[in-house]
Amino acid sequence: VKQWINIALPKGRLGEKAYNMLKQSGYECPEIEEKSRKLIFENPEKCVRYFWAKPSDVAIYVERGAADLGIVGKDILLEYNPDVYELLDLQMGKCRMAVAGKRDFRDPIGRTLRVATKFPNITQRYYDSKCRDIDIIPLNGSIELAPILNLSHVIVDIVETGSTLQENNLKIFEEIVPISARLIANVSSYQFKEAAVRAIRNSLLEQVEKKK
Amino acid sequence: MDAILKSEERAILTLRQLYSRYGYVPYKMSRFEEYDLYVRNKDFLVSDKIITFSGDRGRLLALKPDVTLSIVKNAPQTPGVVQKVYYNENVYRDYREIMQAGLEAVGDLTGYDIAEVAILAVKSLQLLGESVVLDISHMGLVSAVLDSCGFDWETKIQAMEFLRRKNGHELQLLCKTEEIRNKLEALLVCRNLETLEMVLTTVQEQKAFQELKDLWQVLESSGCGDSVQLDFSVSSDLKYYSGVVFRGYLAGIPTSILSGGQYDKLPQKMGRKARAIGFAIYVDLLQQLHREDAAFDVDTLILHDGSVDTATLTAEAAAAAKKGTVLVTRSLPAGRRCKNRIRFEKGVRLQ
Repeated sequence: VKQWINIALPKGRLGEKAYNMLKQSGYECPEIEEKSRKLIFENPEKCVRYFWAKPSDVAIYVERGAADLGIVGKDILLEYNPDVYELLDLQMGKCRMAVAGKRDFRDPIGRTLRVATKFPNITQRYYDSKCRDIDIIPLNGSIELAPILNLSHVIVDIVETGSTLQENNLKIFEEIVPISARLIANVSSYQFKEAAVRAIRNSLLEQVEKKK
Repeated sequence: MDAILKSEERAILTLRQLYSRYGYVPYKMSRFEEYDLYVRNKDFLVSDKIITFSGDRGRLLALKPDVTLSIVKNAPQTPGVVQKVYYNENVYRDYREIMQAGLEAVGDLTGYDIAEVAILAVKSLQLLGESVVLDISHMGLVSAVLDSCGFDWETKIQAMEFLRRKNGHELQLLCKTEEIRNKLEALLVCRNLETLEMVLTTVQEQKAFQELKDLWQVLESSGCGDSVQLDFSVSSDLKYYSGVVFRGYLAGIPTSILSGGQYDKLPQKMGRKARAIGFAIYVDLLQQLHREDAAFDVDTLILHDGSVDTATLTAEAAAAAKKGTVLVTRSLPAGRRCKNRIRFEKGVRLQ
């Protein structure tokens, strides 16, 4: 009996790119390429089922077993530390987690550093490792505003090209960790659908190697 | 009788039967333990969020977050003696009550005791579901392999984390030579003993490997071979676990339902000359497997408008209860479904 594989894709450009890689690997799903209001897309012939999810939710779907596999940014894995297997670095959606601030920023060593971020756990761990006392200001978007309005001294955020920072007179001061998209698997699915999961992983790996 | 039990309750009954057949005796622990016991062994616990209470004379007590520590605290130290106990207890973590069943063998363990616990882990899983897997690893072996790679403690912990996640791409970045890379790759994807044996070099590795091999052979000869597989992503804290470790899965449950291993270093840390092995089963997770969604909440519903006498209702209810479940009421509570319905209106029985 062939087993179905459920795959959670992150909404947006990264998810579309990931789907194209899966398609090239032979896990195409014509349904998903049509414009429709459907939420779940199936290809019974390949026993594969796709659905789009908010990027930060992908890991939750996979951890809880609603999806066997998922595509997710390393930033989400580092921030939420879900109990999943991280099978492959897809080498796309590359960016960095970085500390940025106003061009003339100088670390107020004698005082608590105010840091605005969407990633409080990554931020806390990073500054803990440096034994630096910080005050985390949790924000959900437009993080760059915080130092400009003196809400915070610096920000910890994802930087792709750095052009938004530059336009706003901000600058990267430290790089914390490189980020890219990862293929993740549910730990229990891996036990019971290992052959199918590894076939998908190996086929994606081939494409990653080719692009190098 | 069986039908009225919830899947978790049924599971606990069958597990108790299994464990007592192998000479394990039930262990009942007190609800509260000295907080100190847990703080001293904080890293052994799955969660560090312990619920505390102040007891008499300023003692600080904890609502039990774990059963193992209490059992090991009293481990026998007489040569040749092994204490074998099983339990099913509610433990408390993160303000959640978790039903846990399991067993521990502590004392002067032999190879037999270790194999017995592993076999009971497999049998436990088989009692709970049809499609099961017990992943087996050996902390001594993993540790020896990482030592042979020349990693310092910090890198070793990092490597173990990558192994745990089956994260080969970042594990590779830690490897300085091709040889080390191949060795760790073998550990990462290894599913059989032969491929692993080829890459082992040091005496420590061979020694741990032999232990694993011995256990493996016993598992195969006792008919557990189809349900066990090697998987070195199973890992537990090196500070406590030294030998075989395992994790069990049931198809349909997204997380592992069984977890355990040999943790000789815990009794040693507590100053006791004993070794220990055991496992816990998170029985609550079975709720995700059995969707006990019956089509009806009650077999016979007896609706009456108060016009019929109690004796008649009692007789009807008794007759219906012989055949199945019955509910006597004046109106059906919202959302409840019944299979058959008997109505009494103005003193008349309507079917």
